[in-house]
Amino acid sequence: MAKILVVAELGSGALKKTTHSAITFARTAAQGTGGSFDILAIGRGAEVAASVLGTFGAGSVLIAEDPYVADYVGERYSPTVASVAKSGGYDVVVITASAFGKDLGPRVAARLEAGVASDIARVETDGGKLSYKRPMYAGNATATMTVNTSIQVVTVRQAEFEAAAPSGGSSAQSKVGVERQPSGDKVEFVAFEESVKSARPELTEASTVVSGGRALKSADGFKTVLEPLVDAFGAAMGASRAACDAGYVPNDLQVGQTGKVVAPKLYVAVGISGAIQHLAGMKNSKVIVAINKDPEAPIFQAADYGLVADLFKAVPEFADAVKKAKAEG
Amino acid sequence: MKILVPLKRTADPDNANKIKIAPGGAKVVTDGLEPKPNPFDEYAVEAALRLTENGTNPKARLAGDSVVVATFGPKEASQTLRQALAMGADSGLLFESTDDNLDGDLVARALAKVVEKEKPDLVVMGKQAVDGDSNQVGQILAERLGWPSATFAMSIELSQDKKSVIVGREVDGGVIKLKLTLPAVITVDLRIVSPKSITNHVTPATHNYQEGARYAPLPMIMAAKKKPLAEAPFASLGADGLKTSYVKFEAPPARKAGIKVKDVPELVQRLRAEAKVL
Repeated sequence: MAKILVVAELGSGALKKTTHSAITFARTAAQGTGGSFDILAIGRGAEVAASVLGTFGAGSVLIAEDPYVADYVGERYSPTVASVAKSGGYDVVVITASAFGKDLGPRVAARLEAGVASDIARVETDGGKLSYKRPMYAGNATATMTVNTSIQVVTVRQAEFEAAAPSGGSSAQSKVGVERQPSGDKVEFVAFEESVKSARPELTEASTVVSGGRALKSADGFKTVLEPLVDAFGAAMGASRAACDAGYVPNDLQVGQTGKVVAPKLYVAVGISGAIQHLAGMKNSKVIVAINKDPEAPIFQAADYGLVADLFKAVPEFADAVKKAKAEG
Repeated sequence: MKILVPLKRTADPDNANKIKIAPGGAKVVTDGLEPKPNPFDEYAVEAALRLTENGTNPKARLAGDSVVVATFGPKEASQTLRQALAMGADSGLLFESTDDNLDGDLVARALAKVVEKEKPDLVVMGKQAVDGDSNQVGQILAERLGWPSATFAMSIELSQDKKSVIVGREVDGGVIKLKLTLPAVITVDLRIVSPKSITNHVTPATHNYQEGARYAPLPMIMAAKKKPLAEAPFASLGADGLKTSYVKFEAPPARKAGIKVKDVPELVQRLRAEAKVL
């Protein structure tokens, strides 16, 4: 009978879709244990987000909106989340493992003396007891783990928990007060420098991802060779760590163990050798295509379809063919 | 300014696909894989060095500044500390323990004890270890100490009076800049080792660091052997008890072997007819 608290993620005052993965976790865990879940919206825009959050079948939606927690600062959010979790008698606090959840989850756990299951790929509810599966060693081992404390904190992989759809109805809403701690006054939010907005889908939400590696040779290579293929598919663009490190594209496009983990229907790797840390971020994609000049590149061992070719010739041809195929429908 | 950098040694992350699962799934076996410093921790050492030196003369630590590295692990883990000392850190602390008796929470609680003893102005550490991939120690440590903190740092600016830092946090969709009053905890991301990621009150603003964590030249490796390295049992820190249990390990399901296509038309045809993704 797990009672679960979902912490919603807000960004620039709006509800972020990452939240829907934590809701999927909460539904699964509540169903498997005969329990229930509530959602906490904290930050600027919490009140507005609450009405949307109320359509997912939560028992109630709790709202914490206050200038003190307007922008995300971990030290300012953790006391309120922990206090709500404790006073509400929750068994599990769940947040999606985005940059937000990865930062906030362990802080909340520290305040609750709770154990953390980080970045989990699955939840199991055998016999009403929760256990978690999580990848380790860059996805080369899957661990089954349990949390021994009476309150548990869980962060879930967005790529592994499909976004929840609304189930209708409207949950009861209530406001909660904001808690503070001294370190909250030793952090000052200076600015959020937003990356250039792209018209393309979000990397972690796209059904197709086209990623480029260092073999594209330059920022210009991404622009002139890879981007037409990305747009022919209507895909999100990703990149290997090597390409990000070389400065060809911003780091928030990085797919891999230390970047974003994606699992789209189709993943196209262009000029990516397939280092272990890259494979960790994409190998659960349904269909993987690799284009690389080197027939020995490790990426071919993960690919369903491999094309050994010079990308500067093959990719423009591929982009044209995809455009044509899409036009034919 | 005194900076504490906690380190973890990990089984060669570039060969993580060569790990084995013990029969029955009791544990992960990393035999045969060379122990290497967790890459993010090496970046943390680099960041700490840059904060405490004049980049134009990195051999000299700024007067009154020091970088202390600490690790929890078996005796062999002292090698990881020596590597950091060879990069330029000043002293090392080894708290002997076996790796499988630790989880993120316990490591954070033990580190809090080390901080109480060492009294650093700043803890700089990797955002995650690339074996467990848990990404939680820095956050838990900061909350336990009641210190302000910034995770996933890609830039650090130390103020003239050395009383605060402005940290750029790499998050989804951009960079959050936070100003922290020291003492504080910072966990670092990949970009922290780019040429202009770190500025202090001494290094000229025009200075460009070489990309990446620095290599230790031979004379530094020799000198590191003489640097102080203290050893004590982990139990001496007075932190114990685990909040998580690892029940079982499995190899991930193998992907079925793919095929090579001869050209773009065949690729497109198969994506349409076979994979039905186009």
